[in-house]
Amino acid sequence: MTDGSRHLYRVLLVAIFALAGPVSASAEVIQVKVSGFAFNPAQVVAHVGDTIQWVNGDFLAHTATARDGKWDVSLPAGKSGALVVKKAGAIDYYCRYHPNMVGRIDVVRGKAR
Amino acid sequence: MFFVKKGVLLTALLVASAGAVAQNAKPTDPQIAHIAYTAGEIDIKAAEQALKISKNKDVHAFANDMVRDHTAVNQKALALVKKLKVTPENNGTSKALLKQADEEHAKLAKLSGAAFDKAYAENEVAYHKTVNGALQNTLIPSATNSELKDLLSTGLKVFQGHEQHAENLVEKMK
Ligand SMILES: [Cu+2]
Repeated sequence: MTDGSRHLYRVLLVAIFALAGPVSASAEVIQVKVSGFAFNPAQVVAHVGDTIQWVNGDFLAHTATARDGKWDVSLPAGKSGALVVKKAGAIDYYCRYHPNMVGRIDVVRGKAR
Repeated sequence: MFFVKKGVLLTALLVASAGAVAQNAKPTDPQIAHIAYTAGEIDIKAAEQALKISKNKDVHAFANDMVRDHTAVNQKALALVKKLKVTPENNGTSKALLKQADEEHAKLAKLSGAAFDKAYAENEVAYHKTVNGALQNTLIPSATNSELKDLLSTGLKVFQGHEQHAENLVEKMK
């Protein structure tokens, strides 16, 4: 699957879940580009239940790793990785291989739309 | 302190040899390609030595990162010089880098355990600092081909990431 079609697939999947139950009523996929040794945007706001998807456009592997060590998403060269945020609060993360790459997710309580 | 002295010495060596090149002219693209490739090879070799000698899992993780990244960058570099039909050319700076690396390799070979881990981590900080300086001040500004310049700039970001990674490693050893 290409990144584009994978993204579409995720969006569809999320859409189906959104129809299926009120819990995921507001769930979204938020894309963060990983290229040129930076997370872009470096800071995103998400609702509980949203998916953060990191798309690595570099020819080197990166990771998105929570500062508190709670999760670690590996991002091989040219591949994507994703995570569902489950709790409200701010999460600082970085790349384990290149710790000068840093990002932040502000997770706010989900609201039904 | 030994560690500081070593960094300064290596920097002095690089500046001196870069200066020697600069007296005639700025390093040429074939020379720059050779220096960048050599710098990567040196760090891969140092990592391989660490993987052999060290028993520390943080050192192993770091060394594996160095092998993976520098191999990827050097593969890109090889593909680029092939595409540009440039033959990397050996030069004073490459030779100085290699000579210093061989001496460091010999020193580290005599160490083991925590002493090795500490010396390896500290040398990685010094080494990446030196290469970053050379990339920033000499190699990137001197490169004439834009694709080579781009790859060197990517290389600089890789090395900067590794420098911080190495600093974290040194901190962990304390
Ligand atoms: Cu990274």
